[in-house]
Amino acid sequence: MELRFTDEERAFRQEVRDFLAAECPEATRQHMIAGKSPTKEMVVEWQRKLNKRGWAAPEWPKEHGGPGWTPAQKYIFREELQMWPAPSPLGFNINMCGPVIIEFGTPEQKARFLPRMRNLDDWWCQGFSEPGAGSDLAGLKTRAVRDGDHWVINGQKTWTTLAQHADWIFVLARTDPAAKKQEGISFFLVDMKTPGITVRPIITIEGGHEVNEVFFDDVKVPLDHLVGQENKGWDCAKFLLGNERFGQARVGASRERIRRLKVIARETMDGDRPLIEDPEFRRQMTEMEIELKALEMTVMRVIANETKRAGTGKPDPATSVLKIKGTEIQQGVSELLMKAAGPYAWVDGDPDAEGTNEWDVAPDWAFGLAGVYFNWRKQSIYGGSNEIQRNIMAKAFLGL
Amino acid sequence: MDFDLNESQGMLQDSVRKLLSDKYGFEQRKAYMASETGWSRDLWAQYADLGLLGLPFDEEDGGFGGGGEEVMIVAEQMGRHITLEPWLSTVVLGGGFLRHGAAADLRADMVAGVAGGGVLLAFAQQERQSRYDLHDVATTAKKDGAAWVITGRKGMVLHGDTADHFIVTARISGNRRDKGGIGVFLVPAKAEGVSVRGFRQVDGSRAAEVEFSGARAEHVLGTPEDGLALVDKVVDEAIAALAAEAIGAMDVVHAMTLDYMKTRQQFGKPIGSFQALQHKAADMLVAIEQSRSMAYFATMAARDPDAAERRRNMHAVKAQIGRSQRLVGQEAIQLHGGIAMTMEYAAGHYFKRLTVNEATFGDTDFHLRSLSDLGGLVQAA
Repeated sequence: MELRFTDEERAFRQEVRDFLAAECPEATRQHMIAGKSPTKEMVVEWQRKLNKRGWAAPEWPKEHGGPGWTPAQKYIFREELQMWPAPSPLGFNINMCGPVIIEFGTPEQKARFLPRMRNLDDWWCQGFSEPGAGSDLAGLKTRAVRDGDHWVINGQKTWTTLAQHADWIFVLARTDPAAKKQEGISFFLVDMKTPGITVRPIITIEGGHEVNEVFFDDVKVPLDHLVGQENKGWDCAKFLLGNERFGQARVGASRERIRRLKVIARETMDGDRPLIEDPEFRRQMTEMEIELKALEMTVMRVIANETKRAGTGKPDPATSVLKIKGTEIQQGVSELLMKAAGPYAWVDGDPDAEGTNEWDVAPDWAFGLAGVYFNWRKQSIYGGSNEIQRNIMAKAFLGL
Repeated sequence: MDFDLNESQGMLQDSVRKLLSDKYGFEQRKAYMASETGWSRDLWAQYADLGLLGLPFDEEDGGFGGGGEEVMIVAEQMGRHITLEPWLSTVVLGGGFLRHGAAADLRADMVAGVAGGGVLLAFAQQERQSRYDLHDVATTAKKDGAAWVITGRKGMVLHGDTADHFIVTARISGNRRDKGGIGVFLVPAKAEGVSVRGFRQVDGSRAAEVEFSGARAEHVLGTPEDGLALVDKVVDEAIAALAAEAIGAMDVVHAMTLDYMKTRQQFGKPIGSFQALQHKAADMLVAIEQSRSMAYFATMAARDPDAAERRRNMHAVKAQIGRSQRLVGQEAIQLHGGIAMTMEYAAGHYFKRLTVNEATFGDTDFHLRSLSDLGGLVQAA
């Protein structure tokens, strides 16, 4: 049993910090400290800096431009970025589609798409959910029919995050309607510029434009844009969703938000004392910090397990905790941030948009905090709702 | 970062597991509880043979040189069987005071006795008014020549009814709630002026009310006047052991609940097929895994040389595990239904131990408040 990071790992953490200090644009950092999502330009600029350093695709094998890090290094890197805060490598490219192509793709697909993914020359988005297929993803209806040297896709995707920025979309579509639910699905790579694709914004309750509907109307896709085997797309989907788990703990991001919360609670007066001196408020913060510490250790256990038993062991029950606890903590902290702002959290407007606080009706730090709180309710819904997570646990770990 | 056991730790775990599987079935436990001492002297001798009683002491003092990890391994196994022997009192608490507070000659004298199973210790700190504050001490220690004379009443002294020596907190100077001026004293149970009244706690453990009326202490542990730092350090080690014990007990009562959910039929199917119950069982697993993480953290944090940092972290450990074990205990009863309300069924006994464990050295509310008053774990940016 060795419950500490090694000297090498601590040195690596410092190396990441030094890189952030030298290379992460201050404007990006301040934008994110204020609680806003980084803009497309910020994400692209940063991803290219990471790529230059060889750090753009932490999870990828070396032969495809990954840095060859240990699980602990990957964790440290991710946590330091979240704590700085700096944008994470774009998840759709690096954590979702890239690994699928690496695992299931042809040499041509790898050569064509992976370098551009890493450098964010192409922005990818995810075409999984449909109006009738949310938690029950395998119930999807979008159809792909082979027609000569093309596939023709018809259907509708929804909740497509940042499709408005995207150059490409990876799509699950049904290729054998006669087969059982999971067995007739294939995984496609589709150029967003293809005729027949329409993107329609969905404005979420806080006023932001983050997600979209994407319509496919006789969209022609070349045959070599199918990944893996025909009708075996569910394997790709399961593989992709399995990779997602890790990122959902977001320990560094929550720690950064709690630090921010403490600054705000120290500077905000509540009667004749700072809010941070209110025992009830302080106690609610402490509860978050305690669960976060436990979650951090749970992530360590998962990492250690992965290091020792990569690809061999059964799934670790600790992994199922990451999504549920990670999202509960983030939502809890976003609620405390809103509470701290009091009435000044209520000014309406997209928290990510510039200039909506133009009359200075709210202190800058308070503006948009309710928006983030509203927006973050999504966390316990997406990526397999927290109730679905409990179903999975009951089946996979509890034998019920 | 490596959470696996090394070879000797694995052997330690195996040997404790084997002994307790053989000797600590539910019916056997009942018999130990019903015996005169309320626990098994025979098993105590076997703990000694296995080296469990000398575990944390340095080899040069006659111990086995085990660290926090080894204590954690044993405590978890004991939690799995909700054992009744005075291991926490004698080896973890008593042993902690000897290791960190006893002069070399006293240590040499006592460790052999403890490790061999012949000497039992108990920590007498609780007072009627003190609740969970270790520094709230009304019992006094007055100098009489070279000796210290102890006067005061200590309650809920775990395994006080069988102890050979008490480790007693007593005030040398200052007011009742001052953090300074507290000494830690070793007083033989047989000394004149010591009276002991034993009883059973709700979790089956034995405890005692101990009255010191001018009892003479044989030794001072740590530095007189600044005993609180020693008490904090030893209690923090005990908290790490309690954390591991809680994990063992939670694991077992959760597994018991799952077994029951798979076999108990209602409405023509196993109750484990109902989603409302599945989700409760899943929430128990989340709580247990988070607690397991905190138990590892406790083992690491308890040896932090920075006392302030150590205390903060141990508050977090107690608060997180405290809340989890309450949830796991309560839901284990709920998911079983009426059967778990009966004295004949094991789940209720685990629930009772978890309930007592939660409040030992401070309940969840206490530790949450304490950590909160210290500013939490995360520093403001």
